[in-house]
Amino acid sequence: MSNQTSFWEKISRIDRRWIFLTIAITVSVPMILGVDFAAVPSPMVEDIFHRIEQLPAGSRVLLSYDYGPSTVPENQPMADALAYHLLKRGCKVYMMAVWATGERQATVTMERVVIPSFPKAVYGDDYIDLGYKAGNTGLMNLLFTNFKRMYTTDRTGKDIESFPMMQQIESLRSFNMIFSISSGQPGLKEWVQFVGDRGKIPTSGGVTAVQATELYPYYPRQMFGLMAGLQGAAEFESMVIEKYPEYAPMRTALRKMAPQTVAHIAIIVLVVLGNIAYFTTRKRGK
Amino acid sequence: MTLMDQVALWVGAALTLMIFSFLYRDNPFYKFAEHLFVGVSAAYWMVTGFWSTLIPNGIGKVWPSLIASVNPQAAATEPNYYFIIPIILGLMMLTRLFGGIGWISRWPMALIIGFSAGTNLTRYLQSDFLAQVHATSVPLIVMANGSFMVVDSFSNFVLVFGVIAALIYFFFSIEHKGAIAGISRGGIWILMITFGAAFGYTVMARISLLIGRFEFLKTWFQSIV
Repeated sequence: MSNQTSFWEKISRIDRRWIFLTIAITVSVPMILGVDFAAVPSPMVEDIFHRIEQLPAGSRVLLSYDYGPSTVPENQPMADALAYHLLKRGCKVYMMAVWATGERQATVTMERVVIPSFPKAVYGDDYIDLGYKAGNTGLMNLLFTNFKRMYTTDRTGKDIESFPMMQQIESLRSFNMIFSISSGQPGLKEWVQFVGDRGKIPTSGGVTAVQATELYPYYPRQMFGLMAGLQGAAEFESMVIEKYPEYAPMRTALRKMAPQTVAHIAIIVLVVLGNIAYFTTRKRGK
Repeated sequence: MTLMDQVALWVGAALTLMIFSFLYRDNPFYKFAEHLFVGVSAAYWMVTGFWSTLIPNGIGKVWPSLIASVNPQAAATEPNYYFIIPIILGLMMLTRLFGGIGWISRWPMALIIGFSAGTNLTRYLQSDFLAQVHATSVPLIVMANGSFMVVDSFSNFVLVFGVIAALIYFFFSIEHKGAIAGISRGGIWILMITFGAAFGYTVMARISLLIGRFEFLKTWFQSIV
């Protein structure tokens, strides 16, 4: 009995660096082995996929990059898979950013997914990169009434009127659907509050896991779907791959699900061990 | 991979390892990486603010010819002198840097706060209050094609009871005794489950970021061997 107690005492006083090492091993081993775990789509992610599938070709879809490099592992797979799916459906994709750091991430999507996968798609006709504009929710308010007042050029400085796909755009009401991939404020929440609800424009997107619980109350009435963290991104990727298998080599979120799952199991085990150690040592103290 | 890509990879890997070194113990390498990050971030936002706001929305609107070399498109437009007002307000904000006249900055600050409160109030009222009340008004007995839907009814019951119980927990005008105490205790459980879900998501987010860094280090390692 005393040996057992001393074991729990050791556990309760374990150096936190052993825990860091455990997490490092649980993350790196599945990554090195290249194990792939499946992701079963949740209804919230299925709704996004099916709504895009129902969009007629030529629909105008706004894709806002509201994040930066710090949350790329979670957000970039969402943006890449969305852009791919939308272009595959023949939608016109308008990329923009409410975050200054988001502008570069839109370029990443173009270089990784759009240009290699859709060589026949024409810039300015099928997709466009409008770049970043300052103003946060003030910008959203302005775009809601007059889009071209803020966006007079694309990201590279070319006159907006020179692009065929911009001819029909007057305000945010001109879009059939709005997606925001976000990791903070302003982000998807503000797109719902300031644009989606106001103009009854179908709005959805993906957020970091930290933000997810804040967004759940908007589903399904104010937001028709949600990708929550890496899991949400992996679920969406799995649906895209099921319908369009050629996207498989470009998957990034699904590749991260094995280390994610193993790390979660390790954390659960550590939490259980920690609790047993706490209660055992507390009981002994009494 | 170009030479610049290689340099970027090595710098990124070195800084990542320096930050990770804190997990062992605080050290000068970690401090160097931390200070570098803060400095670079501050400079980045300053440059971004200058080129994305001050130049196009300030100088570009009032004196378009001045920015002809950086934005020929904007330089061809007519000046809009209304933009002098925000420029003046911006300069008033900078008076905070001078102790004696620092009080002047309160005026533009008041304008920003007033404008934000005014625009946000209606949106929050609509999206976060009225629409949420509507979303919570769900039937407790769900029927479909004449049959009772057990799962949907239970889900709606949890939603409605959860909202009411959590609200009662924060209702301090009556003493929490008897039935009220029981519902209030249910409210605590609902809140705890919510915090637990939020914590679980936070763990997932942090592990995702760790995986991202490890993948970066893997790319760096593969470039060496």
